[in-house]
Parts: sequence; C-alpha cells; structure tokens
Amino acid sequence: MRNLLRWETALVFLLIVVALTGQVSTDGSFLSGGNLFYLGLDIGEIALIALPLTLVIVAGEIDLSVASVLGLSSALIGWLWNAGWSLEMILPTVIVVGALCGAFNGLLVTRLGLPSLAVTIGTLALYRGLALVVLGDTAVADFPASYTSFGTTPVPGTNIPYPIVLAAILAVLFGVALHASSFGRSVFAIGANEEGARFSGIRVKRIKLSLFVLAGAVAAIAGIVYTFRFSSARADNGVGLELAVVAAVLLGGVSIFGGKGSLFGVLAGVLLLGGLRNLLILQDTSTEVLTIVTGLLLLVSVLAPSITRRVGTLRKAAS
Amino acid sequence: MDRPPVVALDEVSKSFGAVRALSGVSLRLLPGEAHALLGENGAGKSTLIKTLAGVHRPDAGQVLVDGSAQRFTSPADALAAGIAIIYQEPTLFGDLSVAENVFMGRQPLGLGRRIDVATMHARTSELFSRLGVRLDPARPARGLSIADQQLVEIAKALSFDARVIVMDEPTAALSAHEVQRLFGVVQALREQDAAVLFVSHRLDEVFELCQRATVLRDGEFVWSGELSTETPDSLVRRMVGRELSQLFPKQDTTAGEVLLSVQRLTREGVFTDVSFDVHAGEIVALSGLVGAGRSEVARAVFGIDRPDGGAVVVRGRKLKYGSPTAAMAAGIGFVPEDRRQQGLVMDASIERNTALASLGRLSTFGLLRRRSERALAQDWAVKLRLKFAKLSDPVGVLSGGNQQKVVLAKWLARGPSVLIVDEPTRGIDVGTKAEVHRLLSELAGQGVAVLMISSELPEVLGMADRVLVMHEGRLVEELSRADATEERVALAAAGQVTR
Repeated sequence: MRNLLRWETALVFLLIVVALTGQVSTDGSFLSGGNLFYLGLDIGEIALIALPLTLVIVAGEIDLSVASVLGLSSALIGWLWNAGWSLEMILPTVIVVGALCGAFNGLLVTRLGLPSLAVTIGTLALYRGLALVVLGDTAVADFPASYTSFGTTPVPGTNIPYPIVLAAILAVLFGVALHASSFGRSVFAIGANEEGARFSGIRVKRIKLSLFVLAGAVAAIAGIVYTFRFSSARADNGVGLELAVVAAVLLGGVSIFGGKGSLFGVLAGVLLLGGLRNLLILQDTSTEVLTIVTGLLLLVSVLAPSITRRVGTLRKAAS
Repeated sequence: MDRPPVVALDEVSKSFGAVRALSGVSLRLLPGEAHALLGENGAGKSTLIKTLAGVHRPDAGQVLVDGSAQRFTSPADALAAGIAIIYQEPTLFGDLSVAENVFMGRQPLGLGRRIDVATMHARTSELFSRLGVRLDPARPARGLSIADQQLVEIAKALSFDARVIVMDEPTAALSAHEVQRLFGVVQALREQDAAVLFVSHRLDEVFELCQRATVLRDGEFVWSGELSTETPDSLVRRMVGRELSQLFPKQDTTAGEVLLSVQRLTREGVFTDVSFDVHAGEIVALSGLVGAGRSEVARAVFGIDRPDGGAVVVRGRKLKYGSPTAAMAAGIGFVPEDRRQQGLVMDASIERNTALASLGRLSTFGLLRRRSERALAQDWAVKLRLKFAKLSDPVGVLSGGNQQKVVLAKWLARGPSVLIVDEPTRGIDVGTKAEVHRLLSELAGQGVAVLMISSELPEVLGMADRVLVMHEGRLVEELSRADATEERVALAAAGQVTR
C-alpha cells in the first residue's frame, strides 16, 4: 500500500513536470483553455475504457478486445442508422451488444478456464472482423448535429468536453465500487489470491464475468463517443487503442499480476499519457513516434515496480 | 564428543528494521550428529536457517566452517562450503528427470559437450544407495510424493559433498511410513559423518532422531545440550518459558442434535461412499494417512469440489453441490489445510483478511462500513490474543501461529454452527497450539459441531469425542473417545481393520 502511494505521488509529480515543460516549450499554449479542451477530447475514450479495465486487471485478468468492441459498436451504429433506426433505439442496443461481447469473453475465461490473454487476443480479431462484416469499408457520417456537437463543443461556460463529464461520473462510480464496496474488496482478493478468495466464499467466477461484461459495455459507450466525436461510423475506428488503455492503466500503478492498484493512480496515468501525447502532437511529432512513446511508457510502467524493488534491496545491502 | 564442530554460529545477531530476529545466538554442529533446533514460531529458527544458507548476512557475529569465519554472499557460497538446506516442500523441475534435478547445471558431459545420461543416472543411483533408498533416476520429478522430492534434494546435497544438511520441518507433510524412511536416511548421513540440523515441532520425532538440541526463544539462545537427560515436558518448558497446564484440554460436552450429516458422499477416484454425522457440541476427528482423502472430503462438504454422488445435509437441509456460498449460508466455516494459499491473502492486511468471509454483513447497500470492519478485526484480535503491531499490517508479517489465528478469526466472525478445521495446528508453535485446542474445545462447549482433520495422533486422541479413520478414500473405522488408542487408529489408517 505504501509503495502504491509513493508511485501515485511520483505520478502527480510527473504530471506537473509535463505540464510545466509543455507550458514553457509551447509558449503557453499547452495549458490554454482551447488546448485543454482538445486534450480532454483526446483522452475521453481512453479514460472511459481504463475504468472497467482497471478492475479487470486488479482481478488478475486482462481484456485486449476493448478497442475492437469500440470498433464493432461504431460499425453497428452506422449500419443500424442506415437501416433507418432512431438513435434513441440504436444507443441502448449498441451498449447491450458491447455487454454481450464482454460476456462472451467472460464465459470463455470463467466456464472453460481459458487464460484471458489468449481469449481476448482471439476476440480482438473476431470483433474487429465482425465490425468489417457489418459495415464493410464504408463510413456513415450523416448523423444529426444535435448528437455530433457533443464531441465538438464544451459544456457551456467551461472548457470541459462532454465525454470528460461522462468519464468523471463513471470514475466516481467505479472508484466507489473498487475502493469502498464489498464487491471491490472481493476483486482485490481475487487478484491477490484467487484460491484464497474462493475458500472465503467469494463468487470468483460470477465476479470475473461481471467485470468482463462491464468492460464490454463501457467499451461500447466509448464507441458511441468516438463515433459522434468524429461524426463518422467506421469499422476501423479505434484500431490499436487497447495499447494506449493498457499502458495508461499500468502506468497508473496497477499490477499486471493483479491484486494491486488504485483508480486514482489510473486517472493520473491517463492524464500523463494523454498529456505527453498531446504535447508531442503540438510539436508536430509523427504518429509513429506517438506509438513508440506509448509502447515505451507501457514497458516503463511494467518495469518500474521491479526496478524500485531492486533499488530498495541495493540500498538495504549498502546500509 | 570432543571433536570440533563442522559448522558453528558464534554470537550471531540479525535485525529486520526494528525487529530483532536473532540476538547473540550460538550453535555448534558436530560431525555425525542429528541436532534438533527447537522454538516456538517467531523464535528465530527460520532466520537462523537462512543465515546458515547464505540468504541473510548476520549484523554481528559470524558463521564458522571448520573453525574459519565465512562471509556468505549468496546461497551458492553456503552450498560450496558444504551447507545444504532441505525445505519442507522442495521445488523441483517437474518435467525433468530425477537425475537431471540432482545434477541441474552440472550435468556430466560426454563427447561434444552432450549430457552423458548414462553416467548421470549411474551417479544418481549411487547417491540413492548411499542413502539406502531406491528411486528411479530416469523418471520425471513430476508426480513424486513430497517425501520422494525431499530425497531428491538430499541426494543433490550429497552430490555437493554437503557436510551439514538442514531439514526445515521435513516431516510436516509425510505419512508415518515416510517419516521412518527419512529417519533411515538421516542415520545413513550420520554414518558418513555429516551433521543434520533437524527443525520440527514434533517432539516425539526429535527424541527418536536427535542426540542434541538447541532451543531458541524470542530470537535468543536459551539452551543447548544432550537430549538424553531431557523429557518432552522439560523441552516445552524451555521453549515457552512457562508451564503448560495441559496440551489438549477438550472438556466433556453432551452431544446435541445432528448439525452436519454427510450421506454416502462420493467423488470418483478420490473418495467413495463416505457417511458420518457430527452433533452439536461434538468434536469429530477425521484421521488417516496423508492422501487417504480426508481433506478432499472436507473440500467437497464445503463446496470447493463437486461431489459425484451423495449428500451434505446441514440441520436437515441438503446443500447445493459445489457451492461454498451455500455451505456458508447454512452455517459451515472451513479453516483449510494450506494457510498461505487457501486460508489467507498474504499481501492483504490483518483486518481485511479477518473481514473477508463477512463482507456481506459488513456492508450497507454494497458499501463497506470501514469502521465495522476494523471493529470486527479488533474484537477478534483481542479474543484470540493475536500478537500484532497494526491491524493494517499485511498478514504475511505475522508468525505462522498468529496467521492461523487470523484464519480462525475470519470464520469465527461468522458465528458458524459447523466448523471444519483441516490440520489446525500444523507448523505452529506449542503455545499457540494449546490456545487453538482450548478454542476448539470452547466452541464445542457452545454447541458448535467441529470436524477436525489432523495427522497428529496425540492431537486426535486428546481432542476428539469420536475418531473416524479413512483409508484409501473410504471410511474404515469409527472409534469412541474411550476406544480410541494410538494403536487402533494407526492400524485402521494402514487399512488393517477387521469388522
């Protein structure tokens, strides 16, 4: 626990460093209201998906299919819209389909006992493939402005984009669920010692299944946000986004082995990752470099715990 | 007896942070002796072993081999100096052969640097014959019993020409027959002039095997000397520093209604047609050899494993198969065999572990009441006289006995009407052991039905109102408290029952 707190302090410190460097190197435009609005828009989907994924990873599992669920839900919106459905009907349907995608992952993991890494690599390809089947190569873009303005205008009187408001509300709900509820306590116990959790009467399978369902449903919501933000429903929306989300969660101090982590750390991780990417974009960095940076951050966040531990033992040995 | 020691510790001290694990402890191991290291949990035995093994470096004092001071920087150094440690549960490479495990990293090489399998097997067989045991060098290590795995480790130690072999509670998971075989091996080691340091909580074994002993208490050296002039009582007094009134204080209670009824329970290939009742106020012991199916019956009763047939009935109501939740709702509590893997979440705090089985009743609308959680943990810590610094400390820092108290607290907090305890005192010190026995006895007095699995016969005979004996997956004998003798239980466990 103490280690975790120290990591979160380090994250906040890093955030300040990035903000200040950004501010200086961009002559003050980094922290301007306009840029913060775009930064907020840019991290909206990552922030949303990172919330349920944090719980999944704390429980000792992983879901790499989230970005494909995002793509599938985007394709589904386009297809159903072309078929003449109303958006009031489409949106709940898409969320239900996302939840079903998650349930499929969860059932393969809990009922058949397959490793979630393998299962969700499979469904990463499967759901993306389904998205292409649904919508093909085309884009659907003729959505009403009342919906797409959601992604282009801030909440009146502020610089806060609507997706961030949504993410903030969900963050509170997920934060309470993980840190203040008996459900969250069970999630931590499962991640730290699954057998011990089962011997304590915790319904391990049911809880894991529910976490995958949550991840699918929230990924579908992120798909809705993504579609309206770009005013474009496409099957290849959000390709590769799972890399950024997993990087943000691990950067936030969640242990890839389960059992450790906090939602506060993950939010800081999302901000740090988003801030760095935004800063690099402001300086006209290419997308290839952005991907490299994301990958390096992921490595650093996985390595950091073992490095700090080694430094700790070295220090102990030296004293 | 005037021979110089092979290995000695001289006034060794070691602290971890503010905790002083060893202060000025000395130990002399003579060639050809079996030396017992005794002490309650937390007395410093593990630290001492790890110092010998080169895992810990002493803060003060020194380790002497053949009279010259050593500075071990790694376990490899200690092994090179002739000190080998056999842990309670060895970790072998399951897919490699026995011989490859023995010669891991130093396989004899033949032409073209290829491993010379024939020589390796021959040398392994020779090591086993020096120990007086037979084990196929070519078979894979996977599937070996724990006893056989220990033999592989001992053979490995011999292949390093180890002259001091430390055995850390080697008999905890062995059957009576395997223990005897291990004792034969120790005898063979002694005849080859090696010293054996034997750590065990089982005093009868210590007296059977060892010539001398060293006793530690709270990290301090208490006594070292010949065992021939000692008695179990005198040793226990040295270990705990106080008189123990009685080791097994089960009071007589009158058995009430049947709370737990197991009817023709079967799990194919594991146990068959097991039926018994446990009444309120009764302690029923399930005895038998390790592997007879005792723990498996307990797991099935609690719903961890799914039985193939039969029924578990609590207060007249049949339980759903394979559901710990249903078992808990019916009032069953289960203190499992493996404290570290099954009983506790080692990284989580004492209070979280205590609350883990009671999360539902500590929550309002799913939100955990932290204050109630802490109060619950505090309450049970006091009731069970838990020794701890802070309730928010990870349970892993506690000694074995105190960890077991936390597991007990976790289940007692639910107020169970049926309590299943699997090896409740395995690997815990004498003082805590007596406390656990007193506690189980009190629970029975309050009308709880207790089903106790234990491999220790004195514990079974002292605690149980009735003794059930299992052999190869079947219930073969039921003895009342009056009829149960060590001999009858042991015979039934070995399958020698004529009804």
